[in-house]
Amino acid sequence: MITLACQIALVAIGLSVVLNVYRIVAGPDVLDRILALDTMVINAIALIVVIAMLFEAPTYFEAALLFAMVGFLTTVSFCKYLLRGNVIE
Amino acid sequence: MPIVAEFLIAALIVVGAFFLLVGSFALAKLPDMMRRLHGPTKATTLGVGSILIASMAYAAVVRGTLSIHELLITLFLFLTAPVTAFMVAKAHILRDRRERAKLPPTGSEKGWATLDPSPGSTDELAGFERK
Repeated sequence: MITLACQIALVAIGLSVVLNVYRIVAGPDVLDRILALDTMVINAIALIVVIAMLFEAPTYFEAALLFAMVGFLTTVSFCKYLLRGNVIE
Repeated sequence: MPIVAEFLIAALIVVGAFFLLVGSFALAKLPDMMRRLHGPTKATTLGVGSILIASMAYAAVVRGTLSIHELLITLFLFLTAPVTAFMVAKAHILRDRRERAKLPPTGSEKGWATLDPSPGSTDELAGFERK
C-alpha cells in the first residue's frame, strides 16, 4: 500500500512540476518566475523524499537538505538583486 | 508491519502530494501576483511537512531507527518559507508602481530604504527603476 501511495505521489508531484514549468515560461513578471522556481525546489525536495521511501535509500536525504538550502539562498538572492541592484552591498 | 501504521503512512503521503499539487495549481491558475504568492507558500509547506512526517514514521516502523534528517529539513523549510514569501512580496510592492503609490509615508525626511540607492554605491542600478 505504501508503494502504491508513493507511485500516486510521484505522479502528482510530477504534475506539479509541469505546472511550475508552465508558470516559469508564461510568467508575466520576473517575480512570477522566481516564485515558480522556489515552488519547484520545494516540489523537488518532496520528490526526493518520496523516491527515498520508494527505493529504501536513506542517503537521499542529504540531497534534499542541500536542495532546501540552495533553493532558499537562490530565491533570496534573486529578490535582493531585484530590490537593490546588487546582492551584497 | 502493523496495518494501521501502513495505512497512516500511505494516507500521509497521498495527502502531502495532494497539497503540493494544489499549491502548484494555484501558482499556475490564479490571476494576480499576490494571489499567486498566497497559494504555494501555504500549500507546499503543508505538503512537504506531511510527506516528511510520513518519511519519519516509515523509518521508525520499517527500519526501526530514528531518522533525524527529516527533522532538519522540516526545521529549515519552516524557517525559510516565510522569509522567501516576505522577500518576494517586498520586491513585488517596490517594483510595481501602482502598489508603490499606496505606500504610507515614513514620517521622516528619508524615504523607504529599499527605494533609495545603497550607501556608497556608485552605480544607479536600483531595481525599481527598471520597470
